[in-house]
Amino acid sequence: MKERRSKSFYVLAAIFTAYVLFLYGPMFAIFILSFQGPDGGLTFPMNGVSLHWFYKVFQGNGIVNIGAAFKRSLILGLFVMLITVVFSVAAGMAFRKGFKGASLIFYVAIASLIMPSIITSLGIALEFRLLDDLMIHHGRDLGLGTFADRWTTAMGLFTSGLGAHLTWTLPFGLLIMFAIFNRFDGRLEEAARDLGATPWQTFRYVVLPIILPSVVGIGLFGFTLSWDELARSSQAIGSVNTLPLELQGLTTTVTKPDIYALGTLTSAVSFIVIFVALMIIQLLQARQRRFGSDSGKGMV
Amino acid sequence: MMLVFVAFFILPLVFVVIVSAWDYNEYEMLPALSFRGYTDTFEGCLVKLPELCTILKTYAKTLKLCFLTWLITLVLGFTIAYFLAFHIKSKSWQIILSLVCTIPFWTSNVIRMIAWIPLLGRNGLINQGLIELHLIKMPVEWLLFSEFSVVLAFVHLFTFFMVIPIFNSMIRIDHRLIEAAYDAGASGFQTLVNIVIPLAKPGMVIGSIFVITIVMGDFVTIGVMGGQQIASAGKIIETRLNALQFPAAAADAVILLGLTIMIILTLTKLVDIRKEL
Repeated sequence: MKERRSKSFYVLAAIFTAYVLFLYGPMFAIFILSFQGPDGGLTFPMNGVSLHWFYKVFQGNGIVNIGAAFKRSLILGLFVMLITVVFSVAAGMAFRKGFKGASLIFYVAIASLIMPSIITSLGIALEFRLLDDLMIHHGRDLGLGTFADRWTTAMGLFTSGLGAHLTWTLPFGLLIMFAIFNRFDGRLEEAARDLGATPWQTFRYVVLPIILPSVVGIGLFGFTLSWDELARSSQAIGSVNTLPLELQGLTTTVTKPDIYALGTLTSAVSFIVIFVALMIIQLLQARQRRFGSDSGKGMV
Repeated sequence: MMLVFVAFFILPLVFVVIVSAWDYNEYEMLPALSFRGYTDTFEGCLVKLPELCTILKTYAKTLKLCFLTWLITLVLGFTIAYFLAFHIKSKSWQIILSLVCTIPFWTSNVIRMIAWIPLLGRNGLINQGLIELHLIKMPVEWLLFSEFSVVLAFVHLFTFFMVIPIFNSMIRIDHRLIEAAYDAGASGFQTLVNIVIPLAKPGMVIGSIFVITIVMGDFVTIGVMGGQQIASAGKIIETRLNALQFPAAAADAVILLGLTIMIILTLTKLVDIRKEL
């Protein structure tokens, strides 16, 4: 195929480069603009260079408490990541053995992934609202007494909010697990079993080390998807807001570059997480290459 | 796992359907069977026929935006996937270039939307550039907060969803098939139409499902990039929710859901998703 490569290759390479520029160009624009001088506006040209707007973000501008939203998003993201990893790996293992209702779960997961977010969000909001109504109006009748009296709402960051995020991250985790196990050599497990390993040992010493780089990938997806998730959270998060929700609110009210500074900060967190995850994956793969094979070492 | 899906996905959906058939007043929902949610939505539509009423116009507009986005992302996504799959020979370069495309996906969508403001705004880079070049005298207004910017943002955000599945289908195409076509005297274009496209079709369908469902339900991108001025199916639901008209919002959600499912069913007729993983 080499003989035909030249012309179409360069055309396509140009398109690809243009696409990458298109992807990154605008982001670099706001990264640069977030260092705008104190008198600068929302657009170029730069009016001096300063950290003024970052300082403003940390100071808080009186309208919203960005620091708190930042922390909430971070904690929620970590929880979502943890649950996504554990559940995805467990489900992935279960799917390999096959169980009743496996394909049902699969289709539900896919449906959850492609369901328009606003509908999921609305549904969760309704579910919790109805639960609240039930508790407030009928809690006494159900014999819950004072518990019902003090009931305000079940909605919150770690109930409805967490659930909303999981409907989005779990399908991703599950699909990645499928991709992993489609390429996984089942004979390795059989070998472990034949050598007398218990199921747990097989998992811990054979399966897990092999899939670990991809599991880190699932964690990466879990965190970043939750960190940036907006549409599903919008109705389901309760009285407090996550960072993307605050950001969205700010787009309509803020006319100063502090929104860019905030954007730069959020992206920085994303990039740090991506970078760390990729480094871990690299390390794990290097480790696998080192310890993965004992060929040429003689009898062990 | 199933429990999470039941609690946070299936039950909520059931409630949406139930509540959509409830009655409501200004501030609360009343658990009595009523189709007010639906009838209010289409209020005055019959009278106005054959002219489209607001709600139908909104759905038409959503479909139009959706179609435009789908077309552009499909062509662009296909081209990029083709480049990555067939023109990049070394595996490590393929991984690096895919990562380059993936990284923006892991960052905030809102940020990526805001990022267009300094470029497209009235005093943005593009307008400044055009004025410098004396191509225009006054800044062009339709660049930002318009349907153009909405579609642009969609393409910007979601082309990746097309690239990955199509790429995934393409790398599975046996290269010998393409060589055989070449040896049999097929032109590059013939190979593309007769071999690559049919074999990449599953990926194209999966990518299309992703893009279409996202765009159909979207209200954030349309809100931010349309300057909160453009209505869409998702935006209707959001507006009704803000007015606390839950049954009406649920009714709209059911309609939207029906539309989306219809589109997906048509698409899945063409491909079995599970085989493609």
